[in-house]
Formats: sequence, structure tokens, C-alpha cells
Amino acid sequence: MLEIKNLHVKLEEEDKQILKGVNLTVEAGKVHAIMGPNGSGKSTLSYVLSGRDGYEVTEGSATLLGEEILDMEAEERAAAGLFLAFQYPVEIPGVGNMTFLRTAVNAQRKARGEEEMSSTEFLKTIRAKAAELKIDADMLKRPVNVGFSGGEKKRNEILQMAMLEPKMCILDETDSGLDVDAMKLVSDGVNALRDEGRGFLVITHYQRLLDHIKPDVVHIMADGRIIKTGGPELALEVETNGYADLIAEEA
Amino acid sequence: MALPQAKQTATDARLAALTLPEGGWSVPARRDALSRVQAMGLPGARDEYWKFTRPDSLNAVEVPEAEAFEAHEAPIFGDRDRLKIVFVDGVFDAEASDDLSLEGVEIARLADAADIHWAQDLYGTLETRGQTPVQRPFAALNTAFATDGLLIHVTGTPSKPIHITYTHEGARSDAILHHVVKVDAGCAATILENGPAAARFNHVMEVDIAEGGALHHVRAQGRDHARRAVTHVFARLAQESTFKSFTLTMNGVLTRNEAVIEFTGDDAVAHVAGACMGDGDFHHDDTVFITHDAVNCESRQVFKKVLRNGATGVFQGKILVQPDAQKTDGYQISQSLLLDGDSQFLAKPELEIYADDVACSHGSTSGAIDEDSLFYLRARGVPRGIAEDMMTIAFIAEAVQEIDDESLREELVDRVEAWLARRRA
Repeated sequence: MLEIKNLHVKLEEEDKQILKGVNLTVEAGKVHAIMGPNGSGKSTLSYVLSGRDGYEVTEGSATLLGEEILDMEAEERAAAGLFLAFQYPVEIPGVGNMTFLRTAVNAQRKARGEEEMSSTEFLKTIRAKAAELKIDADMLKRPVNVGFSGGEKKRNEILQMAMLEPKMCILDETDSGLDVDAMKLVSDGVNALRDEGRGFLVITHYQRLLDHIKPDVVHIMADGRIIKTGGPELALEVETNGYADLIAEEA
Repeated sequence: MALPQAKQTATDARLAALTLPEGGWSVPARRDALSRVQAMGLPGARDEYWKFTRPDSLNAVEVPEAEAFEAHEAPIFGDRDRLKIVFVDGVFDAEASDDLSLEGVEIARLADAADIHWAQDLYGTLETRGQTPVQRPFAALNTAFATDGLLIHVTGTPSKPIHITYTHEGARSDAILHHVVKVDAGCAATILENGPAAARFNHVMEVDIAEGGALHHVRAQGRDHARRAVTHVFARLAQESTFKSFTLTMNGVLTRNEAVIEFTGDDAVAHVAGACMGDGDFHHDDTVFITHDAVNCESRQVFKKVLRNGATGVFQGKILVQPDAQKTDGYQISQSLLLDGDSQFLAKPELEIYADDVACSHGSTSGAIDEDSLFYLRARGVPRGIAEDMMTIAFIAEAVQEIDDESLREELVDRVEAWLARRRA
């Protein structure tokens, strides 16, 4: 599904290397979690994969379903099946949530040579998926994320994921800003999307999200590299002992 | 005070090329306006109030050429139930217009009005009041030389909007139109205006709203050609009256829209808003002066400009609160979205407050499209061009929201989308 090989990335505006050789393979149907202390490069990895400006790939590659994505524009990566659930979804006053999502769905379909979704079909689908995520119909009519609580913003991200049906989902610290109930809702939404044809990369600081979204593989990231890979028990180890021992062990 | 020689010469030359209409009730007002123009002189580049906008081509004796642009789209507001009134290069076109009778409103042509007419008390009156503290010579020029226009007396609540549409055919047409609108107490109407009008257009609308009356004014100017326009809206608001005016301008080499609003009755509301989109040698100037001289009135100025490829936007807005205008609520925002580094936005926001119990605020910003928001849209698969357009529409949304009628809002946004699509093509 997603294959990252020896990925080196630095900031464009300053000579600072952030990723220093990341290797990672996420198989279809699997959930991989990346944990790590602040500044380890987790969010940078998600941004680089999704095509945000400001980063320069100095070495390495990232392929999605065998296709190199690092040369693609952000929208091309989305159409190819990549989705990033943002840690801090932006508020966009003046752009209606529904209009935006319909434009996105149909832009992706068009890019893939598929038939665009009709208004009726879109409305029917979004209403059903919003109900599952307990998203009020009024929220759909409001501008994108404007006036949404932290939990509502994250639920909106999962709604977008559900509508766009990506192949590879990256969740960047989706648990931040969520209370227990919201975390359960968001996790249920993610779990509902798990299937054999879809991969997940869940970036998180804490074990608690992984109580709800059970990972198949857990990676520990520090100083721009993955320093350890294991099963779900690795997350529990981090929860108990922190990162210090693992980082020291690697050093 | 004598005018400087150069200004005197330019003014004399311009006036000599025009003919003062003779006969009828408007003659005293026209002669009075002419003497004011002669005393003020037409504006020049050194006039403080014109320092951001060069008036040369508006002053010139010879009209700069402006070929009409074929947009291949139906005229805006054309699909709605409305009373249509057409002017071609500044001349009323009876054949293209509807019958002017409509319950709740009396409409006459300025050129046709009989000797004694209700408009006699208003024609040039608000324009004259609006000459202080700032001189507006083009408005006085208009009062003196207007060849046509409408006298609209709102005596009820018409069932449909009055739609004045301006068509431009002559490459060097020079139109001077003057409308007078009187809204009786408790009455309400909507006036729509659209079209490029002429190669050079001088437009004045005087609006007098009686107690509890309301006027909604929405206009769409422009299309893609080299036309020039200077417009003035003068509005006087009595107690508990409402005036809302919105202007969408898309392209045009030079546009200067002035609004001069005066509150004379308590608890009145005036909103003046606009959005413009331009590129290349586009120059757009919104100049607004609002005088609060009554208690508990609300004024809003909301202007948004989208500029690219060297376009220039200007905003000069002032809220003047007189000593007795307590509980004034004045809001003014002017913002520009610069789509590249070649465009510029020049702003002069002003508050002048002499009352002590008021809530007035203003703000002015210019900036590029927010990259974080752009990335968010693109990361969902929206192509960059469409995402930029969505952000642009979002940017002007606050101004468009000033229009009460949702269908009008949608129609204007559709036009903006079409404008953006043409440029993306």
C-alpha cells in the first residue's frame, strides 16, 4: 500500500534536516501507529506525504500502490487515494462545508476518470455518514470548521475521510483536543472504515487512542527516524516507561 | 479663492464641451451646480481626495475609447420578475424598457418631467449637502449636465424590484445620468442596476428616505472592457429608516464609487458594501463618507477587493460622528486579497468622533491567500485553481452577506465564479 524508503527531508527555508532516513511499509488492511516525542518528525512525515509546501525531499521515495507520490501535487496525491486527517483542521470562513466536500469528492472522481456524484446521491450519502458520526445537519451547512469545537472538527475530518473513501489514511494526532466521548466517536468512525483494501497510519503521542483504534504494528520515531518497531505491546511499554529508555537504547 | 491656472483651464475646457440643458424645473439647480463646479474646479492629481486615483481621463474633453465587451452571458438580474428600465449609452430606451407603471412607485424620466415636479425639492439638494466637508466636483458636474435619469417616488411597497440596466454601444460614449429616489414614510423598494453604461459614465443617485422607509440598492458594474466610471450615491436617512447598498465591480480601467450617507433621524440603519475583482490595469476606488448626526444609528461599511496582475484597489472611508449622535454604532472594514505581488491596495480608513457614548470600529488589511487553508482544500483533492477560487469567493463573502436577498447574493456570486473561471481558462 504505502512504502517509504530512506526518506530524508529538510525544511526549505532553513538548512534543518527533519527526517533522516525513514523506512516504513504499511500493508493494505493494516493499521500502523507511529509514536514519538515532540519534535521527532511525526507531523513532518504526514505533511511531506500529503504534499504540503515548505519541505524539500533530499533523498528517498514514497510510493502509494506502487506509484511515486512525492512528485505529485497535493490534490493528485488525494486523488491517488491518500488522505490526511489534520491535527489542527483550519477554519475557512465563507466556504460551505457541503460545497467543499462535494467539490472534493467530484474533483477526485474526475481526476480518476470516474463519473461525478449527482447532487441527490451526494446528499443522501453525506446525510447517512454524518448521522453515523453524530454530526448535526446544521454543521454541514456551516463554513468549513468555523465555530466547530475540537471534537466537531475531528468528526468532520472523519466524515471527509468517509466520503472520499481513500486507500491510505494518515491520522495526525487525531486524539488531540478530544474528550473521552469524542475520542470514542472518532475512533468508531475510523474503525468503521477499516477494511482489507485500506491502510492506516495513526500518529499519536499517547496509548489512549490506540485503546480504541487497535494497531497491528507500532513504530517509535525519534530524531527523524523510526528507531523501533513492534506490536501493540510497544505502545503499552511507552505508556509505562516513556520514550527515554527506547531512545537511549537506540543511541 | 481663485483656481490654479492649470485646473481652471482643464475645467473650462471640459465645461465648454458640454451643453447645459435648458428649460424645465431643474434649471435653477443645474445653474447652481454649474457655478459650484466652476468655483471648485474639476479634481486634479494634486487634490488630497484624489491622491490615490488619477482623474485625468474623467476630466478629459475627449472620451477615451472603450470597446464594448461581449461576455456571451445573459444580463445579470435578467431572469427575475422585475421592472426593467434600459439606458443605451446614457439614453433611455423606451422600446427595450417595460412600461414604467408599477403599483407603489411613480417613475418618470428626468428628461420628460413636467415643469412642476416633486423632484424639484430634491434634485441636487443632497448632492449639494454632500459637498462639505469634502468637495465632489464630478457630482456637481453631473447635477448641472445630466441629460437623462429617473425620478423614482416610492409611495408603497412595489411587488418587484426596479431594474435599471445600462447598455454600452458607442466606443466613445459619454453618459451623464442623474437619478432621484424619494421613499415615503413606511415604504420600501429595491433598485437593481447593472451594465457598463458607456465608455465614460458619470452617475449620481440621490436617495431621500422618510421615517420608517427602506431602500435596498444592488448593482453590478463592469464586464471586461476599458470603460471608466465615477458614481455617487447620496443618501439621507430619517428616523428608523434603512438604506442598504451593495456594488459588485468586475474590471474596468477606472472606477470611482462614492457613497455619502447622512443620518438625520434617530434609530436608522445604513449599510454600504462592495466587492470588486480586477486584474491588469484595473483601478477601483471606493470612497465613503458617513455622517452620524442622530442618536442610536448603525452604519456598516464592508468592502472587499480581489486584485491581480498589477491591479490597484483604493478605499477611503470615513465615519464622522457629530456631538449629539450618541449611541452610534459604526463599523468599517476594507480588505484586499492580492493574488500576486504586482497588485496594490491603498487604504485611508478614518474615524472622527465628537460624541462620547459610541461604538465605532474600523479595520483595513491586505494579504495573499492563506496557504494553510489552500493546502487543506488541495489535500482533499481540490485542484489548486479551484481551491484558489473557493478561497476568493470566501474572501468576498462578508461583503456579499450585506445583501439581504439570498437569490441576489447567489446571482452575484455566480457572476464572480464566471469571472474567475474565465481567467482560469
